[in-house]
Amino acid sequence: MSIAVHIEELTRTFGDFVAVDHVNLSVKKGEIFGFLGPNGAGKSTTIKMLCGLLMPSSGKGSVGGYDIIKQSEEIKKTIGYMSQRFSLYDDLTVEENIDFFSGIYGVPVEKKRDRKEWVLKMAELGLRRTDLTRTLPGGVKQRLALGCAILHEPPIIFLDEPTSGVDPVSRRNFWDLIYGMSMAGTTTFVTTHYMDEAEYCDRLGLIYRGRLIAQGAPAELKADYMKRDVLEIEADRIIEAMDVLRAHDIETAIFGSSLHATLEDGDKGIPLIRDILGEARIEVNSIGKIAPSLEDVFVTLIEEA
Amino acid sequence: MFERIKQMMIKEFHQIFRDKRMRPIIFLTPVLQLIIFGYAVTTDVNNVSLAVYDLDRSYESRELTRRFEASGYFQVFCSIERPEEVQDLLDRGKVLAVLQIDRGFSADIKKGKQAEVQVLFDGTDSNTALVAMSYANAIITGYAKSLGGPHVRASAARLDVRARAWYNPALRSKNYNVPGVIAIMIMLICLLLTSMAVVREREIGTMEQLMVTPLKPAEMILGKTIPFAIIGFFDMFLVTIVGVFWFSIPIQGSLPLLVLCTAIYLLSVLGIGLFISTISKTQQQAMMGTFLFFAPAILLSGLMFPIENMPVAVQYGTYLNPLRYFLVIIRGIFLKGNGIPILWPQMLSLFILGAAVMTISALRFRKRLV
Ligand SMILES: Nc1ncnc2c1ncn2[C@@H]1O[C@H](COP(=O)(O)OP(=O)(O)OP(=O)(O)O)[C@@H](O)[C@H]1O
Ligand SMILES: [Mg+2]
Repeated sequence: MSIAVHIEELTRTFGDFVAVDHVNLSVKKGEIFGFLGPNGAGKSTTIKMLCGLLMPSSGKGSVGGYDIIKQSEEIKKTIGYMSQRFSLYDDLTVEENIDFFSGIYGVPVEKKRDRKEWVLKMAELGLRRTDLTRTLPGGVKQRLALGCAILHEPPIIFLDEPTSGVDPVSRRNFWDLIYGMSMAGTTTFVTTHYMDEAEYCDRLGLIYRGRLIAQGAPAELKADYMKRDVLEIEADRIIEAMDVLRAHDIETAIFGSSLHATLEDGDKGIPLIRDILGEARIEVNSIGKIAPSLEDVFVTLIEEA
Repeated sequence: MFERIKQMMIKEFHQIFRDKRMRPIIFLTPVLQLIIFGYAVTTDVNNVSLAVYDLDRSYESRELTRRFEASGYFQVFCSIERPEEVQDLLDRGKVLAVLQIDRGFSADIKKGKQAEVQVLFDGTDSNTALVAMSYANAIITGYAKSLGGPHVRASAARLDVRARAWYNPALRSKNYNVPGVIAIMIMLICLLLTSMAVVREREIGTMEQLMVTPLKPAEMILGKTIPFAIIGFFDMFLVTIVGVFWFSIPIQGSLPLLVLCTAIYLLSVLGIGLFISTISKTQQQAMMGTFLFFAPAILLSGLMFPIENMPVAVQYGTYLNPLRYFLVIIRGIFLKGNGIPILWPQMLSLFILGAAVMTISALRFRKRLV
C-alpha cells in the first residue's frame, strides 16, 4: 500500500456553513504534503476529520488504511498530531511532559529512555529537562510539542501550522526535522501560511473557502497554472499604486515592499504600467519580469476561484 | 490501561501541587471551615417530629398530646406500641423526640399527686434538641397550669418533666457540626477540582491532544477523578483529626465504615463534578456551575435547617442531594456509633444516586470526545 492518506468528497458543515466542501486528495507514503490556504479556508477542519476529532458530514476517507469514520481508534495509534494551538502542559517540566505522553502513547518501557533522549536532543533541551515548559521560547516549545507528538514513532504525522509565530531560524530548523523524518519514511501532512515553506513540500494542496482548488508538486503548479507573466514593480506609495492598477483591470498584489502584477504578456505590460502609474504621478523605481513564485500562483488561483 | 491511568494521575498530581492557588484550597479551607462551624450558630426549630408512647391511654394523656400538636412546634409522627420502638425510632432518626406518658399519669393527677411525663430527645442535633426541649417544657407547664384552675401556683409543681437527650448528652453543637463540615468540604473541594481540571484542559487545548492519543474515555475519567478522590479522603482525615484533637469530638462508630461511606459519597460528588465539566466551556463557568449546585445542596441537606421543616415539594428534591444521605451517615457514625444495620438505607440510596450520576456524566463525556 503506497497511499497513506486518501479522501473522497470529504465535506463538513457547521449549520449552513460549509467549512470543507467535497475535497478529494491523496498523499503517498513518505511524502511531505503541504496543505495551504488563507485563514478560515478549512485546513484545520480537514485535519481534524482525518485524525478522528471531527465527524465528516459526508464523504469518506482513510488514514494508514483505516477508515476515518469507523476506525478512528486504530487511526489514533497510527498517527501523531500537533494541533494549531500549543498542546503541551505549560505547568509541567520538559521531562514530565515527555514521560506523560510516552506513557499515554504506550511506548514500551525498554524504549522509553531512548525516545526521551531523542526528543531532548531534537528539541535541544538536554540541559533544560527540569525547566517548566512555560519558560521555554516559542520555537523550542514547538519542537518539544512535535517531539511529544511523535514519541511513539507514528508512520503518519499531521502538523497544523507547526511554525506559526516562530522566528525564521527556528522555522528552518523545524523543517530540517520534518525532512529528516520524511527520509526515514514518515508521511507528513502539514498546513502552513508561509509560502517559502510550501516550496519545501513534495506536493501541495490549495484549499480556499472549503474547496480544493489545486494540487500537485510545486514545480507542476507553477508550470500548469502560471501560463502568464509576473512583473515585479518597485514604486512609491505601493498601496495607492495597487489600487490604480487594479482599477485598470490588472491583477496586482503586494509582496513585501514591492508589487507583483500578473498579465498575459509581460513585455507589453511594462510600458503600459509605466504609463498608468505615470499618469497617477506615482514614481516607478524599477519594473521587470520575474520567475513566478508559488505565492504568485496562489494569488492567481485564488483570484480566479 | 493501568499505565495510562497511572500517567494521568501522576500528571494531575504534578499540576495540583505546582499550582499555588491549590494548596490553600486543599489544606487550609477545610480547617478554616471547621473552625467557623465548630463555633456555630443556632437554628430555628419547628415541626419537630414526635412519637407518642402513651401507656396511660386516658383523657388527660390525650389532652397533653393534643397540646403538643397544637403548639405548632411538634408534629406527631406516630404512636408507639412497644417499648423497643422508642430506641429504634430515635436511632433511625425517624423522630427527634418521644413523648412518653407512663401508666398512672391520669390517676396521679386526679389524686393531686406529682405526675410524671418523659420527653426523650435525639441530642445529636444539639441546637434543635435544646430549643425543642424548652418548648416541651413550656407546653407541659402550660398544661399543668390549666389543670390547676384557680390554684395555679400550687398545681404547677404537680407535673414533672424529665427531658433527657440521648446521644451527645452534653448537647454540644460542634459535635453535630464537625461531621457536617467534613461532608461539605469533601463536596466543595472535589466538585471544584474535578470540574475545573477537565475544563482547563479543554480551555488550553490539551484535551484535543489527548483525544488523538489512544487514551480511552474511561481511562481519562478515572485518571481525572481518582486523584481528587484521594484528596477528598485526605481532607476527610484532616478534618477528622482536627475535630477529634482540637474540638474533642468523639467518634463512636467505626472508622473503616466511615471510609467506605466516604467512597460511596465520592462517587456522586465526582460524578457531579464531571457533569459540570461537560456543560462548561470555561473554568469560570465551571466554578459558577459548582457554586450553583453547592449552595442549594447545603441548604437542602439538613445541615442547617431540618428537612422536615421544608415544603413538601422541596423535601422530595432533597432525595437527589448526596449530601442529605451522607450527613445522616457521617453524623450517625460519629455521634451514635451507628453501623450498617441502621445506615444501609442511606448507603444504598447514595450508591444508586452516585452510580446514576456517574453513568450520565460518563456518557456525556464520551459524546464530547467524538
Ligand atoms: N466548531 C465550529 N463551529 C462553527 N464553525 C466552525 C467550527 N470550526 C471551524 N469553523 C469555521 O470553519 C471555517 C474553517 O475553519 P478552519 O479552522 O478549518 O480554518 P483554517 O483553514 O484552519 O484557518 P486558520 O488558518 O485560521 O487556522 C472557519 O470559517 C471557521 O470559522
Ligand atoms: Mg487552522
